[in-house]
Amino acid sequence: MSLYEPLPEALEARGISRRKFVQFCSAMVAALALPERYLGAVMNALEKTEKPVLVWLEFQDCAGNTESMLRSADPPVADIVLELLSWEYHETIMAGAGKQAEAVLDRVVKQDAGKYIVVVEGSIPTADDGVYCTIGGRTALDIAKEVCTHAAATIAVGACAWDGGIVRANPNPTGALGLQEAVPGIKVVNLGGCPHNAANTAAVLVHYLTFPEMPPLDQYNRPLFAYGELIHDQCERRAHYDAGNFVEEWGDEGSRKGWCLYKMGCKGPDATYNCPTVRWNSGTSWPVKSGHGCIACASHRFWDAMSPFYKPLPKVPGFGVDVTAEEIGWGVVGGVAVLTAAHAVASAVRPRKAEEPKDDSQG
Amino acid sequence: MARVVVDPVTRIEGHLRIEAQVDGGKVSDAWSSGTMFRGIELIVRNRDPREVWLWTQRICAVCTMVHALASVRAVENALDIEVPNNARLVRNIISSSQYIHDHIIHFYHLHALDWVDITGALKADPAKTSQLAQSISEWPKSSTTYFKGVQDRVKRLVESRQLSLFTSGYWGHPAYRLPPEADLLAVAHYLEALEFQREFIRIHAVLGGKNPHLQTFLVGGMTTSLDLNEPQAPLNPERLDFLAQVAKSAKTFVDQVLIPDVLAVAGFYKDWFSLGQGPGNYLSYGAFPQGGIKDTARYFLPRGFILNNDLSKVYPVDPSKVAEYVTHSWYEYTEGNQVSKPPAEGETNPKYTGPKPPYEYLNVEQKYSWLKAPRYEDRVMEVGPLSRLLVAYASGNPEVKIAVDGVLAHFKVPPTALFSTLGRVAARALETQLLANHIVGWIEELRANMHSGDLAIHNGEKWDPGTWPKSAKGYGLFEAPRGSLGHWVEIQDQVVKNYQCVVPTTWNAGPRDAKGQRGPYETALLNTPLADPERPLEILRTVHSFDPCLACAVHVVDARGRTRARKEI
Repeated sequence: MSLYEPLPEALEARGISRRKFVQFCSAMVAALALPERYLGAVMNALEKTEKPVLVWLEFQDCAGNTESMLRSADPPVADIVLELLSWEYHETIMAGAGKQAEAVLDRVVKQDAGKYIVVVEGSIPTADDGVYCTIGGRTALDIAKEVCTHAAATIAVGACAWDGGIVRANPNPTGALGLQEAVPGIKVVNLGGCPHNAANTAAVLVHYLTFPEMPPLDQYNRPLFAYGELIHDQCERRAHYDAGNFVEEWGDEGSRKGWCLYKMGCKGPDATYNCPTVRWNSGTSWPVKSGHGCIACASHRFWDAMSPFYKPLPKVPGFGVDVTAEEIGWGVVGGVAVLTAAHAVASAVRPRKAEEPKDDSQG
Repeated sequence: MARVVVDPVTRIEGHLRIEAQVDGGKVSDAWSSGTMFRGIELIVRNRDPREVWLWTQRICAVCTMVHALASVRAVENALDIEVPNNARLVRNIISSSQYIHDHIIHFYHLHALDWVDITGALKADPAKTSQLAQSISEWPKSSTTYFKGVQDRVKRLVESRQLSLFTSGYWGHPAYRLPPEADLLAVAHYLEALEFQREFIRIHAVLGGKNPHLQTFLVGGMTTSLDLNEPQAPLNPERLDFLAQVAKSAKTFVDQVLIPDVLAVAGFYKDWFSLGQGPGNYLSYGAFPQGGIKDTARYFLPRGFILNNDLSKVYPVDPSKVAEYVTHSWYEYTEGNQVSKPPAEGETNPKYTGPKPPYEYLNVEQKYSWLKAPRYEDRVMEVGPLSRLLVAYASGNPEVKIAVDGVLAHFKVPPTALFSTLGRVAARALETQLLANHIVGWIEELRANMHSGDLAIHNGEKWDPGTWPKSAKGYGLFEAPRGSLGHWVEIQDQVVKNYQCVVPTTWNAGPRDAKGQRGPYETALLNTPLADPERPLEILRTVHSFDPCLACAVHVVDARGRTRARKEI
């Protein structure tokens, strides 16, 4: 069989079949919650013959966001990196190494200044003149400043690039910061999560290539389509919460029946993300479906703010409503819906309560 | 005489720098440097030991799950918790699928481009490529039309002058030796393997909620409850069927794509069976318990070590004999630079003394890496698939012996050929096949338990921290795909007092020690021929054969309750 069917001109040049292409564009329109009529615009934008250049920088990272990108199913990662974009620098997967690799970055920054997209993964150490992360003898901070200030668009993927992530968690031994704080003055779109979900990142890239601007963002510069809704409100186990069916111990009858994980420490009621609907690995599963509570990995500074992870949230989130899940669970179903809806609105306008201690962001 | 620098070493996880001295077209000396540091072991202090696996898993996502498993094992060891049989099986399935996934990505996406010239594929005859493919495998995607389609795709990339990931490869380098048809075959399988890995790792999505960074481990077991009749149970007959089906597809891919490709590519580079020899000492902690965790004699891959390339003897491992030097690492020990310290008593005070960035060269006479230098009884040890296979081979494991002897016979080379760059590549492929053969068995064992009514997945006796002693110490050992991994934990008053990791790439990529003994990368690079020092492709071949993972390798230990080190700087 051939990789792709015969196709019309522009598409053929990009090696994507018309059927696959329309399918992909439709999926992107849906993911971005755009009206159907935008399908044409998305398709037009993606059919351009010159591919936009993208560079992907890795600093204090675990490559989790790279790995997540490699799992992209719709579109497949090969289509993203070879057809949609010219993915020219990405340490984990690029062919070149050493000075040939650095020459690529240098060329992109100079020749494509103001035109390329940069994706950043990992936090940036700022203590001790940045010696905790160097690439080609240069500090992460130095590279980030140069590459991001010349980019047309900057996307921070994963918790570490957004807000410093685990590396910045107390006591933050290296003075790690997220990109926006490390390089003030640039405009960053943040795709939090540990790791980011490639489906969301693909949708943001497509939106940008189409319009060309970023989708609507929240107060953390996160796209609303992915970070606007409470996990709890989208959870497949929500009905069990409302009915008072809780897992009480790991491996108990409730855990086998797929009951609510609130009492096992699930942070779903206090976390937003489209994790329950987009899911992971071609939509196969997400943590709650596999029996573990949410750890709010897409929430701001979640490592410090949302741990300990096995401690149940003290009460149903909301203002001054002093009832536990258990009390509510037995009966006051309507009340919970109102409370959580109120919380969804509240968390959209309220800055996160747990801000870092001052000395944490030194450097 | 020239100094060659490769920084960044790409197609690895993390930030690695190699400096090499080149004399007469060969590497005469080499230095390996990790250039990134985070300090996760400091960050997990004072936290609930039951959740530390969530934190340590973030040490690395290319090796996702390995630091989760080592962590829960360490805490279980400290608190004397046995996990139920079903949890052992789920962990074995998760681990073995990690091996398969990791090894396949390594060969096709991280290592292949050291042997395969993408531009060579343009010159290939698709019909001859089809013949070649059909002569080495029954894999059905082998028609002339198929290879023509792949070749057209490469052509479009090249003609567009936007080569994307392939922009800066060493294309046309004289050390590339594959015929164009083999290049085209490999490029086709590079793309197929990208799709394969994505589909295959759905096993982790079912058992872990997501990949990377699975979220179903527990101290005492797993969250993946089983039930024969519950549609919402994390594991039920339908989901086990899915796992079995995906596992079987992996076996087909490994048997029909990976193994024939590795054999075919290696056949054109047989001189690399005598290049890239490491220190000659091989360590394996053993992996895949077939019974209790303490029953190491029944591990599927055995524990032991080999000295001086002597396969006639396997020595027993004593984890307390592991110790680390910082002589050439950017840390300070209270007793100075000449001593080594075991992880249970280790200390780490980061102190950067390297050149001020931006810099051109490291001062390799002094300290030059964020990696420490682990040693076993002061010996340099190589870890990874080659070490595991050699330990199993020398231990007389019949399955491993047949597989290894088969490969040696195929290439008509003696066992000493294994101590090489290609030996590592071959061992990794054989191990992938070994696990692809076994993963289905573990899935079926799980199914049999479910049918027999054995549903236990978590041992909750000590879930409540109130049941714990005031203080406890433990360690968790595991063979990650890249080699021997150990986590050491000290718990006091229900929180982590100290936490330490000694990880595979620290063993392999670490710098020199107090005696001046080179680390495995540094030794393996000696005598590497460089056809063009401006484009040091051959250095990448040997370094990549170890499958470096630098995020894992750089860490912090501090067992003395010191305040964080940077305050002392």
